[in-house]
Amino acid sequence: MTERNYLTADYTLRSWFFTTDHKRIAILYFASLTMFFFIGGAAATAMRIELATPQADLVSDDIYNRLFTMHGIIMVWFFLIPSIPNTLGNFIVPLMIGARDLAFPRLNLLSWYVFMLGGSVTLFAILAGGIDTGWTFYTPFSTLYSNSYVMVAAAGVFIAGFSSILTGLNFIVTIHRLRAPGLTWYRLPLFIWSLYATSVILVLATPVLAITLVLIAVERFFGVGFFDPRIGGDPLLFQHLFWFYSHPAVYIMILPGMGVINELISCFSRKQVFGYKFVAWASLAIAALGFLVWGHHMFVTGQSLLASLVFSFMSFVVAVPSAIKVFNWTATLHKGSLRFDAPMLYALAFIGLFTIGGLTGLFLACLAFDVHATDTYFVVAHFHYIMVGGMVTAYFGGLHYWWPKITGRLYSEYWARAAAILIFLGFNLTFFPQFVLGAEGMPRRYHVYPPEFQVWNVLSSGGATILAAAYLLPLFYLGYSVFFGARAPANPWDAPGLEWQTSSPPPEHNFDVQPVVTRAPYQYSRKFEAQPQNA
Amino acid sequence: MRDSPAFARQFTSVSHRDESAELGMWVFIATEVLLFGGLLLAYFVYRHAYPQGFATGSRHTEIVIGTANTAILLTSSFLVAWAVEIFSAETRRLTAGLLAGAICLGLAFIVLKGIEYHGEYEEHLVPGIDFRFTGSLANGVQLFFIFYFIATAIHALHMIIGIGLLAVLALLCRNAPSTRHRAGLHSAALYWHFVDIVWIFLFALIYLPGRSIT
Ligand code: HEM
Ligand SMILES: [Cu+2]
Repeated sequence: MTERNYLTADYTLRSWFFTTDHKRIAILYFASLTMFFFIGGAAATAMRIELATPQADLVSDDIYNRLFTMHGIIMVWFFLIPSIPNTLGNFIVPLMIGARDLAFPRLNLLSWYVFMLGGSVTLFAILAGGIDTGWTFYTPFSTLYSNSYVMVAAAGVFIAGFSSILTGLNFIVTIHRLRAPGLTWYRLPLFIWSLYATSVILVLATPVLAITLVLIAVERFFGVGFFDPRIGGDPLLFQHLFWFYSHPAVYIMILPGMGVINELISCFSRKQVFGYKFVAWASLAIAALGFLVWGHHMFVTGQSLLASLVFSFMSFVVAVPSAIKVFNWTATLHKGSLRFDAPMLYALAFIGLFTIGGLTGLFLACLAFDVHATDTYFVVAHFHYIMVGGMVTAYFGGLHYWWPKITGRLYSEYWARAAAILIFLGFNLTFFPQFVLGAEGMPRRYHVYPPEFQVWNVLSSGGATILAAAYLLPLFYLGYSVFFGARAPANPWDAPGLEWQTSSPPPEHNFDVQPVVTRAPYQYSRKFEAQPQNA
Repeated sequence: MRDSPAFARQFTSVSHRDESAELGMWVFIATEVLLFGGLLLAYFVYRHAYPQGFATGSRHTEIVIGTANTAILLTSSFLVAWAVEIFSAETRRLTAGLLAGAICLGLAFIVLKGIEYHGEYEEHLVPGIDFRFTGSLANGVQLFFIFYFIATAIHALHMIIGIGLLAVLALLCRNAPSTRHRAGLHSAALYWHFVDIVWIFLFALIYLPGRSIT
């Protein structure tokens, strides 16, 4: 006999595809994102196979261009940007703040449909013949010269942008207006602060990408436009607009991960997050400063030296709040009662990998170094350490942490730990060699390279094999747990957050009794027992 | 007026619901500001690079239509603000009438815009379709007209959406007004005023440069 919860409330297809329940929409997103993750992963696999040898043996130049473009577009817009906000965030935010749903449930469902429409258009562009501009759509190649499906892909990304905006809007209003009685701003879990900061970026940066893509489309369609050098237009203006969106967007792709890490570190150290207010404000500082550093992607474009200096300086400044977070997590571990469950393994991996990614970002923010490293594998390694080592790891960590809440089942701890360790090893083996390659001068986006680079490339491809296998593992043991796993109690980790004070899986309306918050988050007793926020 | 009793489960009261909806509209407007912001940035970059081309381009626009459209839009905004102010069960006919007036003015704006586009087409000033302008200023003029068409087209699209919104609200307010529609009307009015403000910027940037010098 199963009790009634959001999963058992109704079994019809209609009840899924027309649901306005944030928990079910989170599941819809989860299923779609898993699909996109493996599509993007397939492209990466093909590239790594190709790169195992210095010659071109698997694909032609043209196909290779299409592979890395497809990989970038799918992974950035159809996996990473929505990853944590739309799955874990959608599910957990209302539960964490003691609300019965997001502020605009129908808008939430609409955002999923819009997302799927954008995804389908992009997939169509890929199937019809692909795009060869790179995920960055640089002009004038994308507007004047490329013979691929640029407009269709741009349309797909444009459409998906609306879904981002709707989600950001929904979260902002929800966090402002729907907090449970007693849940003041400084009692909010840090996951909420980070999603709030993310939402601000989603709402303010995405429209700039939208208008930029419109300008590209107009130029391709009518044959003249703003970025057309033949009539005195400036192709670099495109880069400014693009990075004005895309640098903040890289913070869309890391802030939610940082938010998850707070929850994990605190729960598995049985301690309050060290320096709560600093971590909270660091998220907003990152969101604000992130808008002022875009020029660090353009150091070699001939922008004025003064501009480069300012952008370089600002890039160092934006690293400060990120560093504050790393220090505070480490301090949280200090004298905690550490438990090494699978989510904690992911969290620890995150701290290390994010630190490497962040520090190499600082290398790149140095003008003298960047001139050598730009457009090499060093950059590729830098952002993969953050986006994959950081964000994807946090996504998996959060997924494991909240899995019992979402599904009502426990997964195999043994396999979960094995996967976490394999991911960590596979990841480093894949991407660390790319730092070396970049430092030695191997440019990115080429599939033919001098033989002396082969050793590092083979190591990287070998690591990618491990990584791919490790990413597939959860599909099996998490999938297995849904049907055969032991039933999860309401609060399997003994954590204090509101989301753990309702049953697993939660009832349709989240809480049978409206919780009233009386405490700051992350409180544990001397004996390391959780002190629920609403006790 | 009927107090719409139904509010969704995530809210605790009618006013809770309505204030949340209004906040949602403000956030949406923030998004829109950045959308037009990107476009305006491009404008300023090129106006800075081609001051004369932009002045010349601007002198080729129809300032009479532009000014008339500004007056029309401001009046329609006034009618919408009026409708928001007086909306109640007793005044529902007047409310619907005011909204209908605003809609007509909005449509008039679009029609005038169409006439203006046609004129520019006749003068061969449409980049990418029929653009014939020679001389040293040709590039600047063309960039100016690229901005002109993209910005006014996106603005017109916003107007069409706004007209749709106002039409739905006019019907609802007339037939079955409830407190719920007050919130809807409020949000739609915010949007309409925003579109209006965008136009004021566009008016200054499109029609006025190069006209002060004789
Ligand atoms: C600690 C702060 C960071 C600094 C100082 C930093 C610095 C930089 C710099 C200077 C570049 C340009 C390198 C070049 O093209 O020559 C770069 C590239 C990049 N960074 Fe970061 N970064 C930081 C954090 C992040 C984060 C958090 C992410 C993603 C979540 C990220 C993702 C990227 C990506 C995707 C690129 C390459 C874009 C491309 O050209 O395709 N970075 N970073
Ligand atoms: Cu950047």
